[in-house]
Amino acid sequence: MDLIYGAIVTGILTGGVYALMASGLTLVFGVMDIINVGQGALVVLGAYLTYALQQHLHLDPFLTLLITIPALFLVGVAMQVTLIRRLKRDRTMLSILVTFAVALIIEGLLTQFFSADLVKIDAPYVDASFPIGSVYIAYVYLYGFLLSVGLLAALYIFLYRTKFGQGIRATVQNRVAAELIGINIARVETITFGIGVSLAAAGGMVYGATNTFSPVSAYDLISRLLVIIILGGTGSLFGALVAALLMLIVENITSVVWSPTWSTLVFYVILAAFLLFRPQGIFGKLATRQQ
Amino acid sequence: MKGTGEMKTVFAGILSVAVIVGLLLSGIPARAASPAAGSPIKVGFSVSLSGDFSADGKAILQGYNLWAADVNKHGGLLGRKVQLVHYDDASSTSQVATNYTKLIRSDKVDLTFGPFSSLLTIPATSVARRYGYAFLAPAGGGPSVFQQHFNNFFFVQPSPVADNLVSFCRWLLKLPKSKRPTTAAYITIDDPFAKPEIDTAKALLSSHGIKTVYNTVLASETTDAQPIGVAAAHAHPQVVLVGSPGPALAVSLTHIFIQQHFNPKALIATSGPDQGKTFSKSVGIKNTEGIMVPEGWWFGAKTYKNTQFINEYLAAYGGTVADISQDVPEAYSAGQVAQQAITKIHSLDNAKLIAQLHHGTFQTVQGAMRFDSAGRPQGQSFIVQWRNGNTIPVYPPSYAVKSVEYPKPNWH
Repeated sequence: MDLIYGAIVTGILTGGVYALMASGLTLVFGVMDIINVGQGALVVLGAYLTYALQQHLHLDPFLTLLITIPALFLVGVAMQVTLIRRLKRDRTMLSILVTFAVALIIEGLLTQFFSADLVKIDAPYVDASFPIGSVYIAYVYLYGFLLSVGLLAALYIFLYRTKFGQGIRATVQNRVAAELIGINIARVETITFGIGVSLAAAGGMVYGATNTFSPVSAYDLISRLLVIIILGGTGSLFGALVAALLMLIVENITSVVWSPTWSTLVFYVILAAFLLFRPQGIFGKLATRQQ
Repeated sequence: MKGTGEMKTVFAGILSVAVIVGLLLSGIPARAASPAAGSPIKVGFSVSLSGDFSADGKAILQGYNLWAADVNKHGGLLGRKVQLVHYDDASSTSQVATNYTKLIRSDKVDLTFGPFSSLLTIPATSVARRYGYAFLAPAGGGPSVFQQHFNNFFFVQPSPVADNLVSFCRWLLKLPKSKRPTTAAYITIDDPFAKPEIDTAKALLSSHGIKTVYNTVLASETTDAQPIGVAAAHAHPQVVLVGSPGPALAVSLTHIFIQQHFNPKALIATSGPDQGKTFSKSVGIKNTEGIMVPEGWWFGAKTYKNTQFINEYLAAYGGTVADISQDVPEAYSAGQVAQQAITKIHSLDNAKLIAQLHHGTFQTVQGAMRFDSAGRPQGQSFIVQWRNGNTIPVYPPSYAVKSVEYPKPNWH
């Protein structure tokens, strides 16, 4: 029983981090109908930036976010202005190709600078742990979860309590109407894309502190992140959180109770069954408009 | 109009026959034309420079490069320079087959060497066999490869992959009964390299009364080992055997065991602890103490040209001996075996080369090497253990520099 309890707790803590990584993806899709398949590579880029700052400046991984979040925001803005904005037709389809190309470029550059060897972000709280029953939980999972909840809450407040956030939500609801009432769509899209990419910095830092990673880690990540936003409902922040928690908890419990061989399959069976009855995901786009 | 239609039909028929004949001809084994004296000997291979196997792929490329440079520095092979021709397979089983077809048919290489991993070796060897090429593989010796019964395949490591943990099991079973562990946990990725090693070890230890208290196989796409690491720790095994095709699982489980304050008496992983600094930096140098890994090569071994190989590596890539991945000497050995076999038959005829490889004994940096009819190496691997920040052979006694540190010290 302790193991199941531990699996649930770990699932919740890890799920929060995946929700943070997926939130950037779902936000961008909701506002721009852009599927940024480069988000996984950007998460790995965020992890490497933290790793490099820690190695060279000996900064605490959480402190590095003061540098990496603005840095990735600028990367996102640059991507949007130079690549995404130029897509005038078939934006959704073409964005997949363009962002995949970006992912390949990032992978190549990371391999060039850091080699293909696996690395891990280290800190005293990575291996230190505290007991819950007979199971120990590493502090890094707890801190990572708290960071994720904090950033998701900040994002929620930004979207629902600020004028610019209103502009973003108006664009999600009706792009043409938003433009007609004077919202600068180009600016909204640029900043939204920047925010979406900057969230990868935080997600990447926690991912890199809880997993070994290399430039090719992006492939595993992006497939999981896409599943999360599809199950949660594309464009829904809350949906991403619920879907991420569900995915990690189901996988962890299956691993402990049955076998890790089946953990991914069980989740995908649940996903397929759910989407048969609710193809728009848990919260869908309609629900996003009502949040 | 009818006549025009008939003409079209006849023309289409002739074209179809021509295409079919062309396709059939393309399948006829390419006979390497007698190369002009003085032209370089082309050695073709596919390497994973991107994708899941890129770290190992790059190390294998280093090994081949070092061997070719060494041969060329010493007058070449059969008096001709060696030229390496290679393509990136992106760790893809389909791309690797395309690469070898291209190497053989377009580049008309004289020899083929292997890529990394059993997954890629099977399609690669199939292509090489179709064209009658010998295939020297520094990696990819899982049972699934030998089950193909390739007559052109030669696995250039001391022992077949499935037997890699046999030395470890023998050491464990030779411990006095009062010290011998009674319980074991087995955790492996579902992989043609890692799983057979664990299966062999589990069968051996179970048959000698060591109880299995935890046994699990992870899907290859598993990214989070946390739940199974916690479950394994909760089963309180005295010895843990990890089947990992790369360092990721071994590193993850080490961290999870530290977090769970779980200290097994012995911990061995099939891959990961052999990655030198990559491993020690990932788990912390102090936490490496006592961890074991099966090996086929050690920097201090008095094997054929080992010192020269190490000097060449350090001159070319810098760092220390601890940085040398196992893949590098394995690839270097493949070159050494090819070189000696070709020198012996004084020919690049692949049929003669295959025959020679089945019968000769070859000296490599991994030790003496010979192969059975299926290309299985006839030696044995040994166990190395992390001791004070370095890896040293500890078993069997013929290889050992020190005895095994047992039980493994607690985590720091």
